[in-house]
Amino acid sequence: MKKSTKTLFNIIAVSIILAILIFLEMNKRKFSYDISIIERSMIYAVAAVAMNLTNGFTGLFSLGQAGFMAIGAYTVALLTIPVEARAGVFYVTGMNEFLSKIELPFIPALLLGGLFAAILAGLIGIPVLRLKSDYLAIATLGFSEIIRSIIASPQLNMITNGSYGLKKIPRFSSIFVPIALCCLCILIIVLLINSSYGRAFKAIREDETAAEAMGINLFKHKLTSFMISSFFTGVAGGLLASYMGTIDSGTFKITLTYDILLIVVLGGMGSVTGSILGSFLVTAGREWLRFFDQPLKVGNWQVPLFRTGFRMVVFSVLLMVVVLFYSKGLMGSKEFSWEGLVRFFKNLFTRKQKLNGGVSNGK
Amino acid sequence: MSLATFLQHCLTGISLGGAYALIAIGYTMVYGILRLINFAHGDLFMIAGYLMIFTLADFPWYIAIPIVLIGTVVIGIVIERLAYKPLRSAPRMSIMISAIGVSLLLQNLATYLFTALPRGYPEIPYLKRIFQFGTLSASFVTFLTPILTMVLVFLMVMMINKTKIGMAMRAVSKDYETAEIMGIKINSVVSFTFAIGSLLAAIGSILYFTDRMSVNPFSGSLPGLKCFVAAVLGGIGSIPGAMIGGFILGIGETFLVALGFSTFSDAFTFILLIVMLLVKPTGLFGEKATEKV
Amino acid sequence: MGNNVLRLEHCTMQFGGVVAVDNFSMEVNEHEIVALIGPNGAGKTTAFNFVTGVYEPTNGKVFFHDELMVANHPAGKMKKLYKGDPDQICEKIVRKTPDQITKLGIARTFQNIRLFKALTVFENVLIAKHMHAKSGLLKTAMHLNYREEIQMRKEAMELLEMQNLAAYRNDIASSLPYGQQRHLEIARALATNPTLLLLDEPAAGMNPQETDELAAFIKKTKEDFNLTVFLIEHHMDLVMGISDRIYVLDFGKMIAHGLPADIQNNDRVIQAYLGVEENA
Repeated sequence: MKKSTKTLFNIIAVSIILAILIFLEMNKRKFSYDISIIERSMIYAVAAVAMNLTNGFTGLFSLGQAGFMAIGAYTVALLTIPVEARAGVFYVTGMNEFLSKIELPFIPALLLGGLFAAILAGLIGIPVLRLKSDYLAIATLGFSEIIRSIIASPQLNMITNGSYGLKKIPRFSSIFVPIALCCLCILIIVLLINSSYGRAFKAIREDETAAEAMGINLFKHKLTSFMISSFFTGVAGGLLASYMGTIDSGTFKITLTYDILLIVVLGGMGSVTGSILGSFLVTAGREWLRFFDQPLKVGNWQVPLFRTGFRMVVFSVLLMVVVLFYSKGLMGSKEFSWEGLVRFFKNLFTRKQKLNGGVSNGK
Repeated sequence: MSLATFLQHCLTGISLGGAYALIAIGYTMVYGILRLINFAHGDLFMIAGYLMIFTLADFPWYIAIPIVLIGTVVIGIVIERLAYKPLRSAPRMSIMISAIGVSLLLQNLATYLFTALPRGYPEIPYLKRIFQFGTLSASFVTFLTPILTMVLVFLMVMMINKTKIGMAMRAVSKDYETAEIMGIKINSVVSFTFAIGSLLAAIGSILYFTDRMSVNPFSGSLPGLKCFVAAVLGGIGSIPGAMIGGFILGIGETFLVALGFSTFSDAFTFILLIVMLLVKPTGLFGEKATEKV
Repeated sequence: MGNNVLRLEHCTMQFGGVVAVDNFSMEVNEHEIVALIGPNGAGKTTAFNFVTGVYEPTNGKVFFHDELMVANHPAGKMKKLYKGDPDQICEKIVRKTPDQITKLGIARTFQNIRLFKALTVFENVLIAKHMHAKSGLLKTAMHLNYREEIQMRKEAMELLEMQNLAAYRNDIASSLPYGQQRHLEIARALATNPTLLLLDEPAAGMNPQETDELAAFIKKTKEDFNLTVFLIEHHMDLVMGISDRIYVLDFGKMIAHGLPADIQNNDRVIQAYLGVEENA
C-alpha cells in the first residue's frame, strides 16, 4: 500500500469519526446512552493503554489501577466541585477549612491528580522495583485496597467525605472534551513507546540480564515506566470522576482493576490499538450482556440461570477463556494497520473460497 | 490497657494469626513450586466457608468436617488442572492472570449462587465453648487454632524433609526441568502441593469463620492478600516462615483494632510488606537465590 | 605495566561453602586477545560474571584501565565460610551494576544467546545506543530528539552493514539461523562502543567451518574497532589460532598461563583435560 493511499484512508477514517461525534453532539438528548458508552470506553482505553505500558511493554505486573484512578478521581473531584456546592456535599461533617477554599479549573486539577498518582507510584516503586517484579503485583494490589479503605475511613470525613462519597463534580460540557483529552493521553504514551525509552522498556521485557548488559539501568527504567503509567492512570481516574459526576470508595474496587486487565488481555498485551479496541468491546459488551441479569422467558418457559449476577459470571468465564485459549488476545503484540485490515479480509475471503472449493470438489 | 485485656488481645491475635498461617502456607508452597502468586487461594478459603454452611445444615459435624476438607481439596486440584496446568509453558504473567480470572470467577459465582449478603456461619459444637481463666475468657477455638497450626506446621516440615514426596517437592522447587528429567512426575507433585494447600485453607477457614461468624463472597480476598504478605514476611518458600509471618500479622492487626485504628489495620499489613522488602527482601527465613547467567 | 585493560587481583567466588573461583589473578593488555579455558565447571563464566557485575566476587579486586572497578571482601556469614587466602583480603568495597560497567566500555555476549527475541534485528542493535543518548525523557518521549535519533539509527545501520547483517534488518531476531544469532549478539555488543569485548563461548554449537569463519571475524573485528578481546572457549583450534595468551582454570584454580604453544605442551593442562576424559 502506498503512503499516499494510507494517508487518504487515515483522513477518511478520522473524518467519519468526527462526523459521527458531531452528529452525536448535536443530538445529545437522543443519544445520551451511546455518548456515555463512548466516553466511558475512551476513559477505560486511557487506563488500559497505561496499563499496557507497564504490563505489556515493560513486562512488569502492576495491579494498582483502581488505586491510582481513585487518587486521580478524588483529586479532581475535591478541586473542581464548585465552592458554593461544597457545604451541600459535605453535609455530615463539613469540609476541611483549608481545602474548602481551593477550586481549580478542570485541566490543572486533572494534571495534579495524575501527578499525585505518579508520586505514590514512586513511593511504592522505589522499594519494590529493585527486587524481582513479582512483588510489584502484590504491593500494588495491596496499595489499591489500602487507598480505598483510607478514603472510606471516618477519620478522613473532612477531606474525602468518608463513605458518603463526593457529588456534584462538574460534568463534561461536550463529548469533545473527554475524547480530545483521551486521544492526547494515548498519543503521548504511543510516542513514548516508539521512542528510545520505549525500546529500552521492550528490551527489559524481553530479557532483563541482556538489557542490563546493554547499559540499561533496570531500576531507573522500570520506575520511569511505572510512574508514567500511573500518571496516566490517575488522569483516567480524574476523567472518570468528571464523567460520573458522583464517586465513592466503592467505585474503585479491585474489580475496576480487573476490568482494565481484561481489556488489556483481550486486546493483546503489547498492542495499543488492541487495548483501545478491547476497551470499546468490553464496555459495550457489559451493556449488551445486561440481559443476562434479567429473568428471561421464552414462551412460558423460564430460562434458568438468568438472574442478577449471571453477567459477571459470564464475564469472568470470558477472561478465563481468553487467557487459556487466546492468550495473544485480538491483536497479539501487533498494531492496527490498513495492510493488516486488508490482509484480514483477504484471508477471510480466501478461506471461504477454499471452503467452498473443498465442498464442490467433494461433490 | 490492663494486663488482662492485653493478654486477651494477645490470645485473639495468636488465634487469628494461626488461621492466617494456615492460608499463608498454601501460598508459600505454590509459589515455591510454580513461582505463581495464586490469587485464587483466598477465594478457595471463602468457598470452603460456604461449603461448611451447606454441609452442616444436613450432616452432623463429624461428617460435615471431612466432607468440607475433601470438597475443598477436590476444588483446589480441579482449579489447578483446568486453569494453571495448560499454561505451564506460557509466560509467567499469563498464569498469574489466569489465577486472577479464577479468583474473579469464584467471587462472582458465589455472588450469583449465594447473593452478596453475608450468611451466618454455623456453630460447630465444642469449638465455641467458653473457657474462663480468672479474668481471661476465650472460646475453645481460640486455643485450638495456634496449637493445631503448630502441629500441622511440624507435620508439614517433617513431610517435606523426611518423605519421598517431600523430596520430590524440594527438587521441583529448585529446578523444574531437571526434576522432570530425573523422572519426577511434575503433575502429581503440583497436584499434591495444591491438595495440601487447599486442605490447610479448609482447616483455616473453619477456624477463621467460627470466630468471624459470617461468610460473604468477598470475605476471602483481603485475608488472601494478607496471607500472601505473611508468606513474603516469613520468606517465600519457607513453611515455618509462613507461620511466623501469619502470627506477626494476626497479632499486629488485633492490637491495631484494639487501639481504635481498625481502618488502618489493613494498611498496616502492606506497610509491613514494603518495610520488609526494603530491609530484608528475602524475608525472615528466605534464602537468596542466584540466577544462573 | 601501564597499558593493561583488565586486571583481576586475588578474586575468589564462593557460593556457600563451594569455591567456584579461587584466588584468581590475571590481566588482559591492550589489543590482546586473551582466552580463558578449562573443563566444564572450572569457574570460567563465574569469572566473567564478576567482571561484568552480574555477581559480586566474595573477595578480590577488578581493575579496568587501571581504575578500581569492583572490589569486595567476605562479610556476614561468609566471614566464617571463607576458604580463600586470608592474606589477600581486600579492604575496599566497590560495587558496580552491569549497566554501569557496560557504560565504562565493557561489552559482553552470553553463553546461551540472549537476544531480545521478539524484536527485530535492527531494534536489537539500536537498543544498545540508548545508554549513550543525552536527551532527557521528556524530549525523547515527544520525539524532539530527532537529530540524536537519526544519528543512533545511522550508527546502528552502519554496524549492521559492516557485519553483513543488513539484509536481516527487519527480521525478528529469533527467526535468524543459529550462527547469525551469535553474530548478531556480537554486533549488538559492539553497538555499545566498548573498548573491551568479552565473548562467552562464541563458537558453541558451530561446525568447524563456521568456527574458522568466526576466528577470522574476531580478528578482523578486533582490528576494525580497535578492541581488546577476552574470551572463554572450548574449541581448542579457535583458541590456539587467535589467542595471544591463555589462562587455564581447573576447579576454580589457575593451573597455567602463557603463550598458546606453552599451554599446548603443559602437563597439568593436559592432565586436567584428558584426566576427565579417562574417567568418563
